[in-house]
Amino acid sequence: MKRFSALSLVVLLSTSAYAQEKSSISGNQSPPSAGAAATAPEEVRIRALEEQVRTLAEEVALLRGELKTIRDTKPADPTTGTRLLLASTRIEPGVLPSSTSSTAPPIPAPEPQLAQTQSYGGATSNAKLLNPDISLIGDFIGTAGRNTISPSRSLELHESEVGLQAIIDPYARADAFISFGETGVNVEEGYVTFTSLPAGLLLKVGKMRAEFGKVNTIHNHALPFIDRPLVSNNLVGGEDGIDDAGISLSRFLPAPKNWFLQGTAQVYRGDSSDVFTSNRRQDVSVVGHLRLYRDLGESTNIDLGGSYARGHNTAGVGTTFDPANFLTNLYSADATLRWKPLRRSIYHSFLLRNEFFWSARDQLSPLNVFQTQHAFGLYSDAEYRVNRRWTLGGRFDRSGRATNASLTDTGFSGILTYWPSEFSQIRGQYRYGHLWDVPNDRYTNANEFLFQFLFVMGAHGAHPF
Amino acid sequence: MRRTKMTTRISAILAACALIFAFVSPPASRADSKLRIMTATTDLAALAQEIGGEKVDVESVARGYQDPHFVEAKPSFLLKLRHADLLIVVGLELEIGWLPPLISQSTNPKIQVGAPGYFDASRFAKILEIPTGQVTRAEGDVHPLGNPHYWLDPENGLRIAKGIRDKLSEMRSSDAAYFAQRYDSFEQRLKQADEKWLAEMKPYAGRKVVTYHRSWPNFAEHFGLNVVGYVEPRPGIPPSPQHTVELIGQMKRDGVKLILVEPYFDLKTPNSIARETGAKVVVLMPSVGGEKEITDYFKLFDYDIAKLKQAFDTTK
Repeated sequence: MKRFSALSLVVLLSTSAYAQEKSSISGNQSPPSAGAAATAPEEVRIRALEEQVRTLAEEVALLRGELKTIRDTKPADPTTGTRLLLASTRIEPGVLPSSTSSTAPPIPAPEPQLAQTQSYGGATSNAKLLNPDISLIGDFIGTAGRNTISPSRSLELHESEVGLQAIIDPYARADAFISFGETGVNVEEGYVTFTSLPAGLLLKVGKMRAEFGKVNTIHNHALPFIDRPLVSNNLVGGEDGIDDAGISLSRFLPAPKNWFLQGTAQVYRGDSSDVFTSNRRQDVSVVGHLRLYRDLGESTNIDLGGSYARGHNTAGVGTTFDPANFLTNLYSADATLRWKPLRRSIYHSFLLRNEFFWSARDQLSPLNVFQTQHAFGLYSDAEYRVNRRWTLGGRFDRSGRATNASLTDTGFSGILTYWPSEFSQIRGQYRYGHLWDVPNDRYTNANEFLFQFLFVMGAHGAHPF
Repeated sequence: MRRTKMTTRISAILAACALIFAFVSPPASRADSKLRIMTATTDLAALAQEIGGEKVDVESVARGYQDPHFVEAKPSFLLKLRHADLLIVVGLELEIGWLPPLISQSTNPKIQVGAPGYFDASRFAKILEIPTGQVTRAEGDVHPLGNPHYWLDPENGLRIAKGIRDKLSEMRSSDAAYFAQRYDSFEQRLKQADEKWLAEMKPYAGRKVVTYHRSWPNFAEHFGLNVVGYVEPRPGIPPSPQHTVELIGQMKRDGVKLILVEPYFDLKTPNSIARETGAKVVVLMPSVGGEKEITDYFKLFDYDIAKLKQAFDTTK
């Protein structure tokens, strides 16, 4: 509006100025007594005035052009984040005269890119303006076969995960993942990441999956298998894992050349599934993680990690002992080898991962004596991408139980994944388990076939490597 | 009691750890005063090098022979990004699958989206194939903001270079004259080279070709090629038998003699199409560094045009 009034002002001024000049010219011309000598400077003046009028007219045209540019570009700014750039740098039309028939107009024409964005992409960009990236991932699982220890439903929409991700301000971004399951709604993660802290610190605050090993950090839909390994269920809280409200601080640490070393320290409230329970406010749990990574070549790399977690458990609640004395200490070590040839990265890749867990859980023995139960578990999995659409995988599982380490469950799985596109996948998994049957006091075998359909709507941000 | 003590002790240790994190390694002091530039792709690195000359250190995340849609966000890239003064990206959601986590984990405030050190090259280029009407993934992996392979038009190369010149001058005003001089030289050389390239391609103007992915619209527009079909049924969707049969029919009808394939796609389907139609498969390089000899922006076009000329001449 301001621009418009300025424009009309210029137009008005120029026309009135022109009119004035005209009248003064005619006024000067009327007396016939004026000598020939006087006409020469007169003409010079007229020419100067004409020149002035022309400049004014050009200015009007220029302003009009600019106004048009502004109108054209206003609804078209597609990414809010890059506005600064647009403002600080001037875009000019193409300058290679030899290549295209030069159509450089006398007035600065709107840059072709902007004009195009305006006429075609406008609606889409507008819809996204300032809205977070929204996605929904549907995870449908079917199970057939025999499993008397931990039976799952025949068919279920296991989870619908809504993801909301956005840049909050110049200093932070936020990610929220809300999972709608068969039994209710759960904020799986919801945290803000401060990306611009001094001293290379990365701070996350909110509810998040703890940086404890590898599989604990992975969302259900991003798992290499339909289910989580046995050891997750036995020792580290199952599907939800260590997922709690807390604060996380991480930093790159000095390391030898070409090695990547990162340390993470996290403090949580102390309530995570059945692993940690906070009986008092001060019963916070802590998690520490060290990650060491190195490229062994452009296609191959190795990723090592060590983690520690500590929190309170419920073993002392309702006994004569002080519940505050019952702790669970968890340790884990993980090693991943990845191979992906860059020239054929969408066709072939290989991943081998091993993860080991140790649990030390304070509890009461059947004779009501305070004891610490030491349990160990591991999984080892391998995935191979056969071609653009098919991936093969296998996993070996072995784990003691947190409350009774002498009961060891064993299992293995084979999986075949088909990718119609990047945005959906179809899987079939065979799972065998040699599991301890507590009520009958003996081992029993489970043989199951699982299948899964995963689909992604909207823009789901990339997962960490 | 013992346990409570341990809790406090552990908390103290953790706090100490946090402090050590913060102070143990102060940000590495910079001996040289070169600007550190990271780019998403090698083409942007080549352009930044043209303008920055010896006043900059430039490195690309993706390699020239790699599919820029699918780069892995390896932690080793974080080590490079954390010290960068400037990050140049292709934009238009080309890097959406891998760059955002790298940026947010880099702990480098300078290159965060919207910060002065974040430079989206698509802002300066002429963008083609901006989808009209409704945009859905029924169209495959569409880019709602337009085709991101825009660097394959020398005119866009020059526009981006100009943007880089302005950005570098803004960051290092003391070297503005140097960058301006380098840009002028680049402009002059590029215009000369472009005249030569256009002259070389002129005899083949309007020739019909098929490409694997939609990587070449800017190239085709600039050099007068006519892209009439794609090996992919939709962007990002692998070839399907039905589409391949249709494509073979279309190529026979239209007399298409060339199938252009990027170096990161499998040649099985293009080869079988070529056998059926008598066409020739040409692996063209969409990026600097796709082959060892393609060391800069000029050699990229030199290479591709030489390949095309040779292919056109042998398939008359």
